[in-house]
Amino acid sequence: MKLKSRHLLGLDGVTKEEITLILDTAASFREVLDRPIKKVPPLQGKTVVNLFFESSTRTRISFELAERRLSADVVNFASAGSSTSKGETLKDTARNIEAMKIDMVVIRHSAPGSAQFLTRVLDSNIINAGDGWHEHPTQGLLDMYTLREKFGTLEGLRVCILGDITHSRVARSNIFGLTTMGAHVSICGPSTLIPRDLEHLGVKVYHRLDDVIQEVDAFNVLRIQLERQKSGLFPSLREYHRFFGLTKEKIARAGKPITIMHPGPINRDVELSADLADSEHSVILQQVTNGVAVRMAVLYLLGTTN
Amino acid sequence: MKLLLKGGRLIDPVTKRDEVVDIQITDGRIDRIAPSISAPQGYKSIDLKGKVVAPGLIDMHVHLREPGYEHKETIETGCASAAEGGFTAVCCMPNTNPAIDDESVARYVREKGKSVCNGLVDVYPIGAATKGRKGEELAPMAELAEAGAVGFSDDGAPIAHAGIMRRALEYSSMYGVPVIQHAEEPELTQAGCMNEGKTATRLGMPGIPPIAEELMVTRDIIMLRYIPRARYHVAHISTQGALDAVRAAKAEGLNITCEVAPHHFALTEEVVTSFDTNTKMNPPLRTREDAAALKAGLKDGTIDVIATDHAPHTIDEKEVEYTQAPFGIVGLETCVGICLTELVAKGVLTLMQLIEKLSTRPRAILSLPPIIIKVGELANLTIIDPDIEWTVDKELLKSKSKNTPFHGMQLKGKAIGIFNHGSSNLT
Repeated sequence: MKLKSRHLLGLDGVTKEEITLILDTAASFREVLDRPIKKVPPLQGKTVVNLFFESSTRTRISFELAERRLSADVVNFASAGSSTSKGETLKDTARNIEAMKIDMVVIRHSAPGSAQFLTRVLDSNIINAGDGWHEHPTQGLLDMYTLREKFGTLEGLRVCILGDITHSRVARSNIFGLTTMGAHVSICGPSTLIPRDLEHLGVKVYHRLDDVIQEVDAFNVLRIQLERQKSGLFPSLREYHRFFGLTKEKIARAGKPITIMHPGPINRDVELSADLADSEHSVILQQVTNGVAVRMAVLYLLGTTN
Repeated sequence: MKLLLKGGRLIDPVTKRDEVVDIQITDGRIDRIAPSISAPQGYKSIDLKGKVVAPGLIDMHVHLREPGYEHKETIETGCASAAEGGFTAVCCMPNTNPAIDDESVARYVREKGKSVCNGLVDVYPIGAATKGRKGEELAPMAELAEAGAVGFSDDGAPIAHAGIMRRALEYSSMYGVPVIQHAEEPELTQAGCMNEGKTATRLGMPGIPPIAEELMVTRDIIMLRYIPRARYHVAHISTQGALDAVRAAKAEGLNITCEVAPHHFALTEEVVTSFDTNTKMNPPLRTREDAAALKAGLKDGTIDVIATDHAPHTIDEKEVEYTQAPFGIVGLETCVGICLTELVAKGVLTLMQLIEKLSTRPRAILSLPPIIIKVGELANLTIIDPDIEWTVDKELLKSKSKNTPFHGMQLKGKAIGIFNHGSSNLT
């Protein structure tokens, strides 16, 4: 079986079979990461460019490691000090880099649709590493991988995405992927941070943690950004923490263990209490490790089936 | 020019005439209309069997971009585009650089219009409502009206401050010139780039809520009730809510009119899923329910006018990230085809009603003299082939810009030629 598209732009529209293929492929690469020699040859001779127009630590390093472990040649581009800051367009930047004969592009950009935009101007395989608030498909995949590893299946699993949904590409990719895989997805957050008509994506929306805490197996806690408070979307971080921050006490009300995920970076004691982030219920570091394996799987499946 | 137009179906909303006639035109002037005329010697006979002869169409909402943005469009290319689309007149919105906020720019636009395309297309400037379109001080409306401005608008931006809007309505009312509002409450639209709702939520796109339009229209209606002598026209209405407000205000007897752009009833927000920046305009494409409501508004007469909001941008300007792309699409050359396909063929409007909304009504709103089709008058006519099937090809557009979301769309019917000031492009 192969993926239908030669790009990974998002999880919206990706089938259950395709997601399963990626997760199964990731499982075999996950095993490679535990070997003393963590390198395999499938992308030998392929050149991958990481085009990062937004700052990123985790995702960029994770992609780069995944590429190198598949033996690809890797070039990194970060927008600070690059041609973009001299006023070059995204199209020109991308086409110039492609003219240097490359095979795959991983793009992170603040504008929704920018990965799809590249598919129209380039011949390379395009992997979306986050486009604005739209999608971050490899994050969605690694979250699903981590949940599947923990629970054995995603079918029927009850997952709550907690926090700022409006501005979150992680939330969207999780919603698309998890609903496709048969999980029950609930959303919890302040009404000013939940976009209109979200129910149309097949999720249930809550505004009180207590209403949802009894009904979930796992939380995916999103980072809350301070600038959202400044633009008037919620009154204060203090209030946010009190009503939407996840703590050990609140989790205890469920009377059963609940798995905690977070895409990082964490604002400790804002959206997630420090003790909970470091507790035995947290799989946050497993997410990071699995991220490399999932990205290897995506790079492998796209890069070897041209 | 000695011509005999044979067998065309004359549809004239002014006289309510709808009949097949021959029309003889000598040096641009109509000198005979009769059921059957045999061509006198020296006259070229043109067979218009199955074609419609209408009074010249006007597009009251066009961005000609000159002066200031000639890389997008010039008055000459804009007029060529209008002529190709079947319009014998256009109104030029004032968001040029400099803005049309004093008489010299207004006169420049008018005079330039006369000097291009053999004078086939009349260019009427819309004056800015405020100086520099900044929304802070009134533009010299009296001077602009004297220089030929037929309306006042800050289009591209709303007249947002309530205090300025009040004075604009009061001051313009002295001259009977309408204030044309780009209805948008900026506090609610911010950095939005598509309709807020289902599709924007799916795409993670910052939204423009429909209430931003409805709120501004509703506020302005309250002002109009207070200043009933003023005339107020809503540009490119796009939401069911705003339309309902206009309908109620009309029932109340207020001096309110409105226009719709073809893309707002022919397309919906779902096409933005392509991230094609030619689906980005302001107001944005709305929902299916809104598009259906706009068609109902055309049918029941709440919507007076169809106008394109022709907004040329170059390929380089549009071929960027969706959030970075400028708002707007070209529309002059697809308007008639879309209206015939989406409205007439689907029974929303009769041909007579369509021609009213593209000619008679906008001229009346702008206090332009009606086009009279009778012996002795200069021929100001648009010829329409209602049956021709064609596919929109952006490369064939006469406009300098090619930013159309209708590229590749199959349409039935188009304008095939116009007559104005003794010239014609009918081949």
